[in-house]
Amino acid sequence: MKIMICPLNGPCNISEFVCAGEVRPSPDPNGATDEAWADHVFMHDNAATVVREWWCHVPSTTWFIAERDTVSDEIVRTYPAREVFSERVAYAKSYGGGEQQ
Amino acid sequence: MPFGLLKHAFGARDPRALPLPADLKPTYDVVIIGGGGHGLATAYYLARDHGITNVAVLDKGYLGGGNTARNTAIIRSNYLTAEGVRFYDESLRLFRDLSNDFGYNILYSERGHLTLAHTDAAVATMRWRAEVNKHCGVESELIFPDDIAKIAPPLNLSPNARYPVLAALYHAPGAIARHDAVAWGYAIGAARHGIALHQKTEVTAIAREKGRVVGVETSRGPIACDTVLQAVAGHSSLVAKMAGFRLPIRTVPLQACVSQPLKPFLDPIVVSGSLHTYISQSDRGEMVMGGATDPYSLYSPRSTLEFKEQLMSHMLEQFPALAEVKVLRQWAGLADMTPDFSPVMGETPVENYYIDAGWGTWGFKATPVCGKRNAELIATRKVPGIIAPFRLARFAEFAQMGERGAASVGH
Repeated sequence: MKIMICPLNGPCNISEFVCAGEVRPSPDPNGATDEAWADHVFMHDNAATVVREWWCHVPSTTWFIAERDTVSDEIVRTYPAREVFSERVAYAKSYGGGEQQ
Repeated sequence: MPFGLLKHAFGARDPRALPLPADLKPTYDVVIIGGGGHGLATAYYLARDHGITNVAVLDKGYLGGGNTARNTAIIRSNYLTAEGVRFYDESLRLFRDLSNDFGYNILYSERGHLTLAHTDAAVATMRWRAEVNKHCGVESELIFPDDIAKIAPPLNLSPNARYPVLAALYHAPGAIARHDAVAWGYAIGAARHGIALHQKTEVTAIAREKGRVVGVETSRGPIACDTVLQAVAGHSSLVAKMAGFRLPIRTVPLQACVSQPLKPFLDPIVVSGSLHTYISQSDRGEMVMGGATDPYSLYSPRSTLEFKEQLMSHMLEQFPALAEVKVLRQWAGLADMTPDFSPVMGETPVENYYIDAGWGTWGFKATPVCGKRNAELIATRKVPGIIAPFRLARFAEFAQMGERGAASVGH
């Protein structure tokens, strides 16, 4: 059994987790072109090295970040997303709060 | 035959043997990165159909030593989109003639292919596939447990099973072949036409000038060339990165195993997409079994206990007779998964740098058609219509070719 350490729940069987892909910046939701979105959605670095990925502990819906070696399958470190994302993303007003358009 | 053997014993080289390794030339017209089935087939058809023989096939390991030797050798064309059906059917028809083409037996064996449906939703998809297939002239029909029992007697069709079989898509031309022999047949054929096969020659950089490929750096020195084809299933993203572009691919291990050999008892290939199982009996009598791809991306072809537990729990329900049978060997291949379960073929952002990638869990069956159409592309510089739907640019155009419903492996 392979073990992953959830930052909230501690060590758990890896079958309790799902991987959601590389951590990378999102395109600007107001200004990005279709090409930029297609690139963001479909294209991957798919690197053979230590990568930084979003993972989720499914039974507790805990999202966090893991550093994992995609060659040796070694999980180097797991930590809460706030280590990387410390500020709220300021979306344009037209996207929030159910305002009338 | 004894005289043939005797003749070889006295020094004449077996015509089926590969030529001895040669020196790397500084210049070739075409460089093919990857000496697996797809790369070797491309080299073979380049020489045979287009007379282009100043070609080098480079492989960092040995010929056919990657995913060509790690698949479960199933050949079928019962796909979901008309473009997919046409493409894989051309491949299937080429496969039928390969042994004669090569003068070398690839052990092509038409068994029939059953895709089981355990839910109403799966039955609906099978019906859809059967109609698309028939429309494209491919033998494919929906059949029910009475007929399934005649085709696959050992299969457990009891309504009391945990997931009872409601129906199946039956594809009579479904076949298996010896995958190593396909790679060797193409390699020998290509070598006979004078194509250079360089094993243990790793490409370390792609030389470009003004957006156009001009050569490759290798572990044995640089090569100048006009055209490059990348056919490196499992490492596509890494080689594409050297050429300066990204791919819509995640590399995920796909595991498989074979049992000890048994007397022939299962004729067709039996697949269940819902239960993540597929099984066929090889000519040696081994049961060749596979399941779902691993749950996350990885470049290591390692095996896991989870895979075997998941596979065997369903396999034993389908074939209770296998309970006493031992697993003999296990392995994994690296599957380049694309979001729409279709390959990436043809032109790339780099001029004269062509790609043959994204072969996820459906690459072996496409070997001949890829070789033939890649060769046509390289020789004419025009993208053949049959591979145009699989262009890399389809993702930027939001024109994906959704084949997930026809993938026999669970994902």
